[in-house]
Amino acid sequence: MIDFQNILPEIFLTFLLLFLLVLGVYLKNSFLLIKKFTILSLIICIPIVYLNFDNQILIFNNNYSINIFSNLLKIVILISSAFSLIFTGQYLKRAKIEKFEYMILILSSTLGMFVMVSANNLIGLYLGIELQSLSLYVLSSIDRNSLKSSESGVKYFVLGALSSGLFLYGCSLIYGFTGSTNYLIINENFSVDNLGLIFGLVFIIVGLAFKISAVPFHMWTPDVYEGSPTPVTAFFALAPKVAGMGAFIQILFVAFSEALTEWKSIIIFISIASMVLGSVAAIGQTNIKRLMAYSSIGHMGYALAGIATGTLAGISATLTYIFIYVVMNVAAFTCILFFSRDKIYYEDIRDLGGLSKNHPLISACFCLILFSLAGIPPLAGFFAKFYIFKAVIESEMYVLAIIGLLSSVVSAFYYLRVIKIMYFDKEKEKFDDISGLGMKFSLLVSSALILFYFIGPSFLINLSDIASRVFN
Amino acid sequence: MNEIPILTLTIFLPLVGVLFLFFIKGQQEFINKTSGYVAILTSGITFCASILILLNFNYSNPDFQFVEQHDWIFNFVNYKVGIDGISLSFILLTTFITPICILATINSIQNRLREFLIALLLMETMMIGVFCSLDLFIFYLFFEAGLIPMFLIIGIWGGERRVYSAFKFFLYTLFGSVFMLISIIYIYFDAGTLDVEKLLNIQINKDYQKYLWLGFFASFAVKTPMWPVHTWLPDAHVEAPTSGSVILAAILLKMAGYGFIRFSLGLFPDASIYFSPLVFTLSIIAIVYTSLVALVQKDMKKLIAYSSVAHMGFVTIGIFVFNKEGIEGSIFQMISHGIISSALFLCVGVVYDRLHTREISEYGGVVNVMPNYAVMFMVFTLGSLGLPGTSGFIGEILVLIGSFKFNYWIAFFAATGVILSACYSLWLYRRVVFGEITNLKIKNLTDLNKNEYLILTPLLIMTIVLGFYPALVLDLISTSVDKVSNDMLEYIETAKLIKK
Repeated sequence: MIDFQNILPEIFLTFLLLFLLVLGVYLKNSFLLIKKFTILSLIICIPIVYLNFDNQILIFNNNYSINIFSNLLKIVILISSAFSLIFTGQYLKRAKIEKFEYMILILSSTLGMFVMVSANNLIGLYLGIELQSLSLYVLSSIDRNSLKSSESGVKYFVLGALSSGLFLYGCSLIYGFTGSTNYLIINENFSVDNLGLIFGLVFIIVGLAFKISAVPFHMWTPDVYEGSPTPVTAFFALAPKVAGMGAFIQILFVAFSEALTEWKSIIIFISIASMVLGSVAAIGQTNIKRLMAYSSIGHMGYALAGIATGTLAGISATLTYIFIYVVMNVAAFTCILFFSRDKIYYEDIRDLGGLSKNHPLISACFCLILFSLAGIPPLAGFFAKFYIFKAVIESEMYVLAIIGLLSSVVSAFYYLRVIKIMYFDKEKEKFDDISGLGMKFSLLVSSALILFYFIGPSFLINLSDIASRVFN
Repeated sequence: MNEIPILTLTIFLPLVGVLFLFFIKGQQEFINKTSGYVAILTSGITFCASILILLNFNYSNPDFQFVEQHDWIFNFVNYKVGIDGISLSFILLTTFITPICILATINSIQNRLREFLIALLLMETMMIGVFCSLDLFIFYLFFEAGLIPMFLIIGIWGGERRVYSAFKFFLYTLFGSVFMLISIIYIYFDAGTLDVEKLLNIQINKDYQKYLWLGFFASFAVKTPMWPVHTWLPDAHVEAPTSGSVILAAILLKMAGYGFIRFSLGLFPDASIYFSPLVFTLSIIAIVYTSLVALVQKDMKKLIAYSSVAHMGFVTIGIFVFNKEGIEGSIFQMISHGIISSALFLCVGVVYDRLHTREISEYGGVVNVMPNYAVMFMVFTLGSLGLPGTSGFIGEILVLIGSFKFNYWIAFFAATGVILSACYSLWLYRRVVFGEITNLKIKNLTDLNKNEYLILTPLLIMTIVLGFYPALVLDLISTSVDKVSNDMLEYIETAKLIKK
């Protein structure tokens, strides 16, 4: 019975999901109602997670772990899921995809992410990943009248299934050589000399790297980001990244802590490749969603650099980075959802010309966000990068630090280009004015967090520090 | 005075003005007018605050004064500010130039004036912050944060090629600073603190000093700017609006000089000695090469921009000869260059506002229609080439004396710069002001108006006062410079002993 108390949030989400599904089937035109209900329940779920915040226990025969680390990530996942609904605004209505299944899918995907960050067993992790991914496949093709959306859904599904297959293959190798799928037992029986185990490790890393769109498993990202409806893209950029990173840390530091030097070199490579590709490939992009896709690839590279150190300081830096990344992306996608005129949403960055004259507030916020994404002080993005490089230099990985910082200079170029279009270029027609309280709220809150983060940076660092100590 | 956190107040006063500017509402004209008043008032109060600091400043104390310290990032960075004579002289320069910039802006810019003033006031906060900070992290924060407003100033209100120049400025500076950031983080792990006061008393491991020095040098060399990374400066200067150029020339470039004195010399004395030949070589190339380049410029602003590079070459030489005259000379040169080059940019701005061209060949015979302007322009030109009686002379002669003590050849090459600067400045002056009126538009020019007098007169007075009474600045910096140069000379002595 004690076990079930501890997974109250998961139970809550499951019942909510089923309830809303039934409600949606029976009520006609229930879209708005369900949307509000979902947002509210996601927010209510936060205190439910917080109930067991300080616990540190393993349940279900050590196969499911509840600790500060997973709880913290769950809260961030809830916040980002809630925000990805809050800032949707009129988009779904205008795109004529007012389907209540949208919320159900977001909820089930959130549930999958909960399982991902808490799993202490390869099977559990796989189930979490699949629940999350299957919902995402459907979400990305939810606009079934649009060719691009359907295409991106299929593309995501095919590649995602491939990566799941690789992941499962890795799991089977690990199971075969250690005799268990439980992280703790894997860790006990792990031997670096066993080539089969190392192969399994590599396949598992590949599978997870695909989920967080790290290079060289990033191919799907730009196309899926571009094809999916914008709110879905925003959801892709937020919660799954948090969950993926959480699962990554969990599995590497719990199950494979014996093989530190082995996976370290792989992660360093993935990290460097993501940082460099994320900054170089984005230069030629003109579609803002594609640009954000490359930007998120780059950001995942920085976050992985923290993991690559293999230290607690590194985990803490990665957590801080992910949290700030979420805030910046909430802000950025809210802005992108603003760029509409007469029910048409604009995605080409050239359409933003002269935005600063027509919409001074929005362009000022977007400008701030872009500078923050580029990592210019005193905005939050700078602090995020700073903690990462602090951890990296602490572990004396100077090459990684220098490559990372140089690619951040390169990436500054394409962020600046968007600012240039908004501020320096000729005016285009006005966009529609801000519609909806949700968008205003999420834009102002996230921009304020980015701008004023420097006043109290200790809070987030302390939290991440405490969370990272779980892996001590 | 110790109870009131006057330094923090001075740093963040301009932000209060920014806050007010955000909330002005009404007709466009009303907004422009009111925001002008608010900005002038804010920068005026900031200037008064800095004067207040000067009055309470203890000249004979070589340590940091008005130190304030608060916990900021848990266990890692403290918010720590404090000043000595060197920082104070730059703070005064900043608070003195900013109101002048704001006045110049109000006269010449109507398009999005409020945003411009917000950017200027933000810049002021960042610049004062740079000179006050006693923690490397805070220093870096202020040093970099200035990029954002300056990027927007050049990009939004600049000339034709503004986008190119803004990008070049931003990316060059960011590129340099990245290496400084790595060095700063390394220092934290090596020394366990980022507190400048503590770091100045700690010997940083000699093996690593050279790399750390290079990290800082990458950033400061771009900002100074030193040859061969100076190319962003002419572009940025030419495209920036007048007051943007003034801020750039008068204060932004000085951050680097200040950084060399405070951090390169203070934290890495051994590496500074080791690398001083490199600095001399680059500086001498900068002086001779950019002076020659300045000679052939067709654009007035570009000519002054290249002359800035040459003048900053003097500054870096003065700093790296390590003796008192050299360092005092370079600080004085920076202050004087801050005043004179901004005056020159403003002078160009005066005619540019009337004729909307900066081509030297379009001008000629301006003296016939604008006699008062010609006088002002002449004083600043003479100041720029270092005529005795102007502030330019004191800085140059001190640097030359300092470098003469150190090495004849350096002094010799530096002195060629004095001659070359006379060539290009006087030639510029002759082509613009004297001669026949060839361009008919010149005939319709009107002499300086009230506002322009208001802007140029304080600069004129400072140029001449500092020329005749340099003690005004030298007394202020003397004790602090003594400390820096004595430390350095000691290091040189011990280095020689070890060699023997």
